[in-house]
Amino acid sequence: MSRAIPASRIAETFERLRHRGEIGVIPYLTVGFPERESTLRIAPALVEGGAAAIELGIPFSDPLADGATIQRSSQVALANGVTVRFCLETAAELRGAGVDVPLVFMGYFNPLLQFGLERFVSMCAEIGVDGLIVPDLPPVESGELADLCRQFGRDLIFMVAPTSTDAHLEEVARQASGFVYCVSLTGVTGARERLDEGVGPFLARVRRHVGLPLALGFGIARPEHVQAAAALADAVVVGSALIDRIGRVASDRQAAEARSFIEWLRSPVTPSAG
Amino acid sequence: MTLETSPRRISQLPDERGRFGQFGGIYAPVTLLPAIEELIDAYQEARRDPAFQAEFERLLRHYVGRPTPLYHAAKLSREVGGAQIFLKREDLAHTGAHKINNAIGQGLLAKRMGKPRVIAETGAGQHGVATATVCAMLGLECVVYMGELDIQRQALNVFRMKLLGAEVRPVSSGSRTLKDAMNEAIRDWVTNVRTTYYLIGSVAGMHPYPMMVRDFQSVIGRETRQQVLDLCGRLPDAIVACVGGGSNAMGIFHPFLEDDDVELHGAEAAGEGIESGRHAATLTAGRVGVLHGSRSYVLQDEDGQILEAHSISAGLDYPGVGPEHSYLKETGRATYHPITDREALEAFQLLCRTEGIIPALEPAHAVALAVRLAAQRRPDEIIVVNLSGRGDKDMHTVAQALGVTL
Repeated sequence: MSRAIPASRIAETFERLRHRGEIGVIPYLTVGFPERESTLRIAPALVEGGAAAIELGIPFSDPLADGATIQRSSQVALANGVTVRFCLETAAELRGAGVDVPLVFMGYFNPLLQFGLERFVSMCAEIGVDGLIVPDLPPVESGELADLCRQFGRDLIFMVAPTSTDAHLEEVARQASGFVYCVSLTGVTGARERLDEGVGPFLARVRRHVGLPLALGFGIARPEHVQAAAALADAVVVGSALIDRIGRVASDRQAAEARSFIEWLRSPVTPSAG
Repeated sequence: MTLETSPRRISQLPDERGRFGQFGGIYAPVTLLPAIEELIDAYQEARRDPAFQAEFERLLRHYVGRPTPLYHAAKLSREVGGAQIFLKREDLAHTGAHKINNAIGQGLLAKRMGKPRVIAETGAGQHGVATATVCAMLGLECVVYMGELDIQRQALNVFRMKLLGAEVRPVSSGSRTLKDAMNEAIRDWVTNVRTTYYLIGSVAGMHPYPMMVRDFQSVIGRETRQQVLDLCGRLPDAIVACVGGGSNAMGIFHPFLEDDDVELHGAEAAGEGIESGRHAATLTAGRVGVLHGSRSYVLQDEDGQILEAHSISAGLDYPGVGPEHSYLKETGRATYHPITDREALEAFQLLCRTEGIIPALEPAHAVALAVRLAAQRRPDEIIVVNLSGRGDKDMHTVAQALGVTL
């Protein structure tokens, strides 16, 4: 079978951002939160609000890299009957509805392993999901998935953390594609008041090793954070702060809330903002 | 005898990547990788350092009270009417269970690595108590994560940990038992990785824990081997131990792995029965997956979500199992059997009545299996049961199960 696989959209998206001198905002949504069909309404609104790409979280019962907000959203999604297959279907529906920004799945390894890695990656390629982030799969264990991603033209996004050694960064530089996900702090996901002060030196150190675009995640919650990150990274990932917002409003308000949140994050910082 | 070059002998596993065949490995968030590498290096150094080994042995002898006895349960054996049952009395170790062996080993390692803060997860509370004990003795700060459900079931051990100076943090997520306590401990480790030593209590988790915890616990099997040779003049026919995460079983199994004539049997918690779905028999009813950092058998649904385990014994109430057990199952070197809550309770009472020994509910599963095996064997056969802990902590649970109000 030699059907052409559409290339990942990630590289060209970052190219465009750089051309415009903009930092990309990448929102994270737990698929099927707060309601099973919510993602289909919220994701297009995020794009209208200016999202550069969307991370779709595949819920897992034991999300050990996540803080309270995403743990809860995962539990709600699982209670809503969300499965790996449903996440793939959701992504396909978003593509069908004209969502054309890069879509990246974020999911723990075990549900993907049980679904079948090859089946999963090949379906991602068919649907047009551009990349994968697997927070409990470090480079040393990622061989099989990395091979499949190369075979099907998907980007396997690696994470690096402030504790990462230079040897780890080198390893990531050799294996990564798409972008590199830089964890802003030593900790789990969750909105924070301010950016960790070590972020600047950390990202500078990553830059010395890694040529790919850098996305900064964990703790990003305010336009000040985005603005501060603009000088250091190519994109920010916003998860818990968004999940908190859409979890607080009625179903018919979720899309508008998500859109205005992204617009707010991308707005110039003024003393009265927020 | 043929000289095997490759693959490694079974007792020489894991390999450098922490693999026992397809099982094990390091499935951990990247933030932890440097800490894991630091731990691997520190442990390899300590393992080769005679001073470290001497201090470990000194504490096992004078603080824990080792060697623990190997006791011939003659009256139980007569009542069963088959093989001779011997009990390895880990219940007589300081703090009342085998968990102290590993807590001392890793506590010394934390100290050596200059980590002032120790965290641990606990199910029944025995590992939490052992860790709190060792931290008190070594002067380390101690935080223990424990599921809310287990806190209710094991109030006595919670109080013991607090007396010993540990902070017990209740975990309210998920099934509120051991697996969730382990998630929360890993989250703490990710957050405080530079100052904190994570003292895992079982042969589960990412490399090097399954290897390291096994090594520290294998004192049980080494002593047993010598004691049974001294008492009986030969090796036993079978070893029986309960398996939750599997540390007491790996500890007694490991020194016998190369003795092909010694059968190794694990007793898993079958709870209300495998068919009820309310059990913790991971090796009997689980599938290969990844949980808490390693590839092993896991209780999970079709979509790879981890299932809640159930057992009357909080210490076996875990939906995963150490990767080396998965390997021993796969290779056929060990056999794993489901034992229900009811069978464990019957064996619990049988041992109380026949030998005057009140076991913990965890090794009561092993006693139940040993009784079943012994009944089918000749009186000159020898079965050793690892009696991994004493039953004081379980009085409320047992009373409740027997319909008695205390």
